[in-house]
Amino acid sequence: MSLDADEIKKIAHLARLSIEEKDIPEYSQNLTNILELVEQMSAIDTNGIEPMSHPLEVAQRLRADTVTESDQREHFMENAPKAERGLFLVPQVIE
Amino acid sequence: MHNKTVAELSAGLQKGDFSSVEITQSYIDRINTLGKDLNCYITVTAEQALATARMADQQRSQGNAGPLNGIPVAQKDIFCTQGVKTTCASKMLDNFIAPYNAGVVERMDTAGMVMLGKTNMDEFAMGSSNETSYYGPVKNPWDLNAVPGGSSGGSASAVAAQLAPIATGTDTGGSIRQPASLCGITGLKPTYGRVSRYGMIAFASSLDQAGPMARSAEDAALLLNAMAGFDLRDSTCIERDVPDYTANINDSVKGLKIGLPKEFFAEGLDDGVAKVVQAALAEYQKMGAELVDISLPNSGLSVPTYYVVAPAECSSNLSRFDGVRYGYRCDDPVDLEDLYKRSRGEGFGTEVKRRIMIGAYALSAGYYDAYYLKAQQIRRLISDDFKKAFEKVDVIMGPTAPSVAFDLGEKSDDPVNMYLSDIYTIAVNLAGLPGMSIPAGFVDSRPAGLQIIGNYFDESKILNVAHQFQKETNWHQQKPPGYE
Repeated sequence: MSLDADEIKKIAHLARLSIEEKDIPEYSQNLTNILELVEQMSAIDTNGIEPMSHPLEVAQRLRADTVTESDQREHFMENAPKAERGLFLVPQVIE
Repeated sequence: MHNKTVAELSAGLQKGDFSSVEITQSYIDRINTLGKDLNCYITVTAEQALATARMADQQRSQGNAGPLNGIPVAQKDIFCTQGVKTTCASKMLDNFIAPYNAGVVERMDTAGMVMLGKTNMDEFAMGSSNETSYYGPVKNPWDLNAVPGGSSGGSASAVAAQLAPIATGTDTGGSIRQPASLCGITGLKPTYGRVSRYGMIAFASSLDQAGPMARSAEDAALLLNAMAGFDLRDSTCIERDVPDYTANINDSVKGLKIGLPKEFFAEGLDDGVAKVVQAALAEYQKMGAELVDISLPNSGLSVPTYYVVAPAECSSNLSRFDGVRYGYRCDDPVDLEDLYKRSRGEGFGTEVKRRIMIGAYALSAGYYDAYYLKAQQIRRLISDDFKKAFEKVDVIMGPTAPSVAFDLGEKSDDPVNMYLSDIYTIAVNLAGLPGMSIPAGFVDSRPAGLQIIGNYFDESKILNVAHQFQKETNWHQQKPPGYE
């Protein structure tokens, strides 16, 4: 399994990451090496084995659908790179 | 003052030999004079620390002080600390002031502990050498040309150099145990779910776990007493009573069955480290423990499995960094997609981008079954190996890392080679078990650690086993030259 430049660009787009053209060969090489390492898994027959997502087999806890948090909107927005009147600002999306 | 363990500081405070302000000031002085070369702190909270220390002393004078009241602690910069910069060693969070405290930080505050500052680490905890930090690499106090290990390299370096009596770390694939081994300190990764992940910036949620990094097993037990416990705000935290981890620490290890997985002593293990581990095992035999050969046949697959599970979860977790709500935002975005892509592209370092991309690939349409699902199936096989082993033995031992600390720059251009530094630690995270590293000797003047793995929720047992070793040996009391 090797990842060429086009595949690197596609994955970077999926992950919403800008990467520089000059860095693509290095990403291609390193990601290919990592996938080769991962490829060792394919030697194992895993037919019928239940996938494990929690080490202690605990199910996600549910809670009552009630408000438990106080309103800290302004406090939390102090870290926003661009905000105005309690709203996050982004480039225009709708014409 | 700085030579005292947490247990000794606690006793001294109780007797009135010194105050928390005196302890705190002496550590701040050391950080100011010795901290620069090591680069182990990203932020030092000197004023806040002294204010907290004064409060702790006041509480003590009023007669309400627990064992950790007034004891300084360094927090890995992955834990949210209200009003204090919390960076995860990333440019992405260089300007982030946490609006709330992590669960473990709250608990330590309640115990009256004094935060000295935030320690350096690999960016978003992704790394085994502390070289991926946006704030530059941390140095190993045993040799400034050597890495301290990672990702909790700043905490390990600070504790080893006595720039903090104790610190916190987090361990997703070995990030507490491997740097503990490379810096010659004691580190414990608890059972998955034992310690709250609330406010601990997420890397791989099914593996991440926080724990103490200390100068002795006894100190690690004292801090774990404060850290462990249920937290509603972490949906995978386990609701289960927390024992006093110091209660059984003096039990004898006579008759203890120690499992030695043959896979941990095979090719790839440095000869010097193997000798150190063998000598430690002989010490346990002298104390009356019994060595039992075991096998973990699927453990060889843990690195490949981990490099699917962890990147997949990281690509999902790190999607929250979008340049909109907090964190780094690129200049002059032309549209929303450009804002996302350049904020992330410029805000994340290379290793983080690599792992996000591997994860995005493994989770993308058509590949999910071959990668993520397959990895989760193998994860069960790895976990089942441990279950079988623990039917026969009480604890499992082996090396923590395949070698002692390597030189700065030695592996930074070769990610796969770097990943193999965690070959003996990763299986423990995949299974969710508790594991420790304790100092067991030196190879060419660099420390080597012994790993002790316990069954689920057997933190008391492994702390006891580690403490018994530290009563018979003095490896954990060795100090790096220049930092005595």
